Amino acid sequence: MYRYDEFDQDLVNERVEQFRRQVARRLNGELNEDQFKPLRLMNGLYLQLHAYMLRINVPYGCLSSRQLRTLAHIARVYDKGFGHFTTRQNLQFNWVKLEDIPDVLAALAEVEMHCIQSSGNCIRNITSDQYAGRAKDELEDPRVFCEIIRQWYTLHPEFAYLPRKFKIAVTGSPNDRAAVQVHDIGLRMHLNSSGEPGFEVIVGGGQGRTPHIGKTIRDWLPEEHLLSYLEAILRVYNLYGRRDNIYKARIKILVNHLGIKEFRRQVAEEWEYIKDGALHIPDEEFARINAYFAPPAYERLDDLGQELNGLRETTDEFDAWMQSNVAEHKVAGYAIVNLSLKGPDRPPGDLTADQMDAVADLADRYSFGELRVNHRQNLVFVDVKQSELKELWGKLKALGLATANIGYASDMICCPGLDYCALANARSIPIAEQITERFEDLKHLHAIGDLTINISGCVNACGHHHVGNIGILGVDKKGEEYYQFTLGGSSNQNASLGDRTGPGFSADDAAGAVETIVNTYLNVRHNGEPFLDTYRRVGMAPFKEALYGTD
Amino acid sequence: MALIRNGALARDSFKNAAGRSELPDHGAVLVGLDQWREHRDPLLRRGERIGLLLLSDQHPEAIAADVHYFDLIALEFPGFRDGRAYSYARLLRERFKFTGELRAVGDVLLEQLHYMHRVGFNSFDLDSRQPLEEWKTAAGEFSVWYQPTADGRATATELRHWRNNQLRASAI
Repeated sequence: MYRYDEFDQDLVNERVEQFRRQVARRLNGELNEDQFKPLRLMNGLYLQLHAYMLRINVPYGCLSSRQLRTLAHIARVYDKGFGHFTTRQNLQFNWVKLEDIPDVLAALAEVEMHCIQSSGNCIRNITSDQYAGRAKDELEDPRVFCEIIRQWYTLHPEFAYLPRKFKIAVTGSPNDRAAVQVHDIGLRMHLNSSGEPGFEVIVGGGQGRTPHIGKTIRDWLPEEHLLSYLEAILRVYNLYGRRDNIYKARIKILVNHLGIKEFRRQVAEEWEYIKDGALHIPDEEFARINAYFAPPAYERLDDLGQELNGLRETTDEFDAWMQSNVAEHKVAGYAIVNLSLKGPDRPPGDLTADQMDAVADLADRYSFGELRVNHRQNLVFVDVKQSELKELWGKLKALGLATANIGYASDMICCPGLDYCALANARSIPIAEQITERFEDLKHLHAIGDLTINISGCVNACGHHHVGNIGILGVDKKGEEYYQFTLGGSSNQNASLGDRTGPGFSADDAAGAVETIVNTYLNVRHNGEPFLDTYRRVGMAPFKEALYGTD
Repeated sequence: MALIRNGALARDSFKNAAGRSELPDHGAVLVGLDQWREHRDPLLRRGERIGLLLLSDQHPEAIAADVHYFDLIALEFPGFRDGRAYSYARLLRERFKFTGELRAVGDVLLEQLHYMHRVGFNSFDLDSRQPLEEWKTAAGEFSVWYQPTADGRATATELRHWRNNQLRASAI
């Protein structure tokens, strides 16, 4: 993975010292909360319902065991012993004290981590495919481009005060695991007609209260022009994005207002001036960054095939885990292992300090000391020997991290909701708990198959409800929590926004409604047809009837 | 008000006439875009230094051909969150080749100084209640930059490749 050199390290150290001075000025009263707010937000520090929340960047979801141990240490010493992984592949602590933050940032800097731009109206942590560099279906490793883009946007002087926050995602595979169509900018690598790799550039996607699927602004962009083209898009947005209404300030509103043709024209005009300038990426820079992502020292192995099948037959539980949590690796004899943070014993995405330490040890033992965070709030070991899968499964099971549910109904995306968040209208964690209970039976869960359920506690859609196959949105109805449902959303390569089912359900009825939807699907599906395909085939009618009856 | 120019407290020699109907008889003067358009010839005939104030919705493209007439261009920040002038500043320096004093006026925070320096501002019009001593040093809080801009500072990427080439050369 990428390692800081003295330039990266100096910048992060200087940022820690800058924020230390700012916190001191806040604590001695020189700055009031209003003046301090923009400063803390640039460092990922939010004021939540009960305490400060600190959001730590995990660039494109790549984490080392050493970094995870530091996060465990911070959780133990400065927080209540746990952390929460987010849909931007980041980690949040919910109970940090303001006076401790400079020391927390200093501890993070020691392991090449920081909170710069993890909040605020600026370019946020770039996200990517959690299988990057390992997936069989990949054209090129997106982490190389992510790192080049990360450096470009870090403390970018022109784009620190954008109209609104700005999110970029990159996929190097045709099978999109990074939800690039619902980002402000999505980059999808593909080959042009001469077989050269480049990026389809998608702009103006997003969720929140006005969800949009992004539009293609450019079919194919040569890799060397990536930064200048991003800069052209950002400049047009910085100059012309709305600043009078925060609900209309995202780039999707500008793209929609101008129309993609006119927006494309403005970006092209800007790009003409800068495309061959200082942002042009030379081959030697690609080579330099590429070297950081060289494959680890794999052993020469064969795929296990038969032997593994034999192991699977011995234990149903292991077999189920292999089915849902283990993915194909591009190198023979290796596999990708997903660690589920969606067990019955925890809020989705939470990990305790002890679990973090244990996971770090397992990463060292089984996966070259590295792991990934995915945008569905799980962890991934990307380099596990197939011959060690059974052993690793046993150890993960002992930690409660081997629930065989990746991509299935109980692998929910869930925002912190009203239990923590000052913006929320309703709780989301208890709803996730109730749904988890309904799908505890592994056989049933696996019989249902691929199904994403995404829960947000308010219209800001941090829980990605618009793009859940089943989306659940918490609203406040005269002081009571209600849950509206959408069906048919997806954030993969054929992204779509969900359709509203009708009136919402109370907190007591929400999990039952999910069950009704699932049972309806099981009744009408064709053999082997996933939920999304069934919904796209049969439409809303049977679900509506099951949920609300006929009138 | 207090003016910080190139890292030091400075005297503002421009009379602010932006939005006023009368221009001062003599001396350097700061005018608005409408005034420049209307009084361009008399202003030039005065033979004195001219400053131009651009509001946050006035794109400098409007005066791209005129920049050489101005000794000072002041860009307005109506609120510190309004970041349009960061782009304007770069365009003025990098595209329209403005070489005079580029001044940030309005709601400007100490913590924004390092960004402003990088996009091309070299002076700041501040409320004198601000901690001016800190303003003098705020631009030096960071020593590393990733982005190429017209301030001429070498980026981290340039320094890396320069160093690698040095190493390679010394190895031969």
